Amino acid sequence: MRGVRFTAVLGVVLLAGITLLFVTGLLSYAAYNPDLAAVNDKTPAKGLLGFYLFDWPTGPHWLYRLTQGLHVTVGIVLVPVLLAKLWSVVPKLFALPPARSAGHALERCSVLLLVGGALFQFVTGLLNIQLEYLFPGSFYPLHFYGAWVFFAAFLIHTFLKLPRALRVLRRGLPAAQDELASPAPAAETVSRRGALAVVGAGSLLLLVTSAGRSFDGGVRQTALLTPRGGAEPGTGPNGFQINKTAAHVGVTPAETGADWRLTVVGPAGETQLSRARLLSMGQHSAALPIACVEGWSTSDQWWRGVRLRDLAALAGFPEDPPGVLVESLQRSGPFRSVALRDNQVRDPRSLLALAVNGEDLSPDHGFPARVIVPAAPGVMNTKWVSRLTFGELR
Amino acid sequence: MRVLRRWYGEGPLHLLLMVSSFALAGYAGVRLLDGDTLLILVWFVGAALVHDLVLVPLYSAADRALRVPFSRSPGLVNFVRVPLLLSGLLLLMWFPLITRHAERYEPASGMSPDRFLGNWLLITAALFAVSASWLVVRTVRARRRATKGRPSASH
Repeated sequence: MRGVRFTAVLGVVLLAGITLLFVTGLLSYAAYNPDLAAVNDKTPAKGLLGFYLFDWPTGPHWLYRLTQGLHVTVGIVLVPVLLAKLWSVVPKLFALPPARSAGHALERCSVLLLVGGALFQFVTGLLNIQLEYLFPGSFYPLHFYGAWVFFAAFLIHTFLKLPRALRVLRRGLPAAQDELASPAPAAETVSRRGALAVVGAGSLLLLVTSAGRSFDGGVRQTALLTPRGGAEPGTGPNGFQINKTAAHVGVTPAETGADWRLTVVGPAGETQLSRARLLSMGQHSAALPIACVEGWSTSDQWWRGVRLRDLAALAGFPEDPPGVLVESLQRSGPFRSVALRDNQVRDPRSLLALAVNGEDLSPDHGFPARVIVPAAPGVMNTKWVSRLTFGELR
Repeated sequence: MRVLRRWYGEGPLHLLLMVSSFALAGYAGVRLLDGDTLLILVWFVGAALVHDLVLVPLYSAADRALRVPFSRSPGLVNFVRVPLLLSGLLLLMWFPLITRHAERYEPASGMSPDRFLGNWLLITAALFAVSASWLVVRTVRARRRATKGRPSASH
């Protein structure tokens, strides 16, 4: 059952799947607008690895929900395929002699980067979505640079192996030429098809117990084993998923009470706005999701508040507002201040939200005021906003 | 060209692509290792070593042990092997949540991690139940086929 054909099938599936993971991963990095301001960039030493960066758009409003949902869910679903693929090539690990030539020795070093890289990426990703930060350092640089090391090895592996894989899948392979098949196989207990079916069943099981966490309510309940699956954390208009609770990041009721003021800074100077003052400004609505880098997301929520571009006008940019630096009351956490680009400020759906689904924001959803921007990663939608600085992103 | 083949063992394109792959991996690698270099290296290389030298031998040995009681009818082992494998896969992937090691989960999300252990056990139960019903269906069918094949006793 073990043999080149089995490996070839899994290899082709991984080629498609991992290419999708790599592309959606790069998109996720671009979605943070890392080249806009230092506060957005957790990998400032990226150099040429950020060559493809572009201004992240604000539409369609479910863009990040889709790309990051795919990134994480497909990643989860590929785990059995990856493990089966690695199992299928175990005989190569113990092949003798360890290297036939200098070229072969190089290739084996490259395979170490390939296997180490793949496992490193999957393990850091799976730990990160479970909020179990065991890995040695910040997730962002480890997963980003790790992806590039892995991808360098993945590219050459694809180049060297894909032609043979396709040939074997099309025309088959005589048993004598199958270096992965056992020379003295035990009585077969499972056929190649059977083994592929088991791998497929594993992927299907993971899909069924994960995918629901990209939706609200009843569908989320079907995500039996993934983080953020199951029943919503609360009930009512504010009952949907919370990335970080107020208590967890140390935001207290004293800071968000009647004395809270929003400071708006721009060419017009510094203005202090109370929540009542914000409520007296023009209120607008937008139906937008929260979509987390961890792959979970909510359905569209109905946000209501002041447009960011109206606040920019107040700050002294009546037309063509620039980007804005948003600061939170939050004292810890990697994105407590974040920079939004001009296209994000200008979008009429970008709000400083005061209410959601017809009710005031709850403390955990950012009371007294939070930012909500279409298509932006969840963490860019700053909660407990204390200061908006238009034009100067530092 | 022949010298290269004899010395290197592969064609020139192989060498060029290898160098370019390692150069890119090196460019990203120095950035990856900028930090707790040794520990990151241990994680990266260790992931491959732990998989190849611990996980694979472990599940291979478990599989071998599992096959022993089924040596008379080796086809039956799959009815235990497959649900066990799938259940083990889920445990491996969601270990921090199932064992409540992920201590940040509850305070951050406002959601209890209690459900994970119970759900994993229920899924495991369901997997074995599906496998059992499959076995029953297969056995009944096999018996029916056997009786049909035999000449009827009343004639």
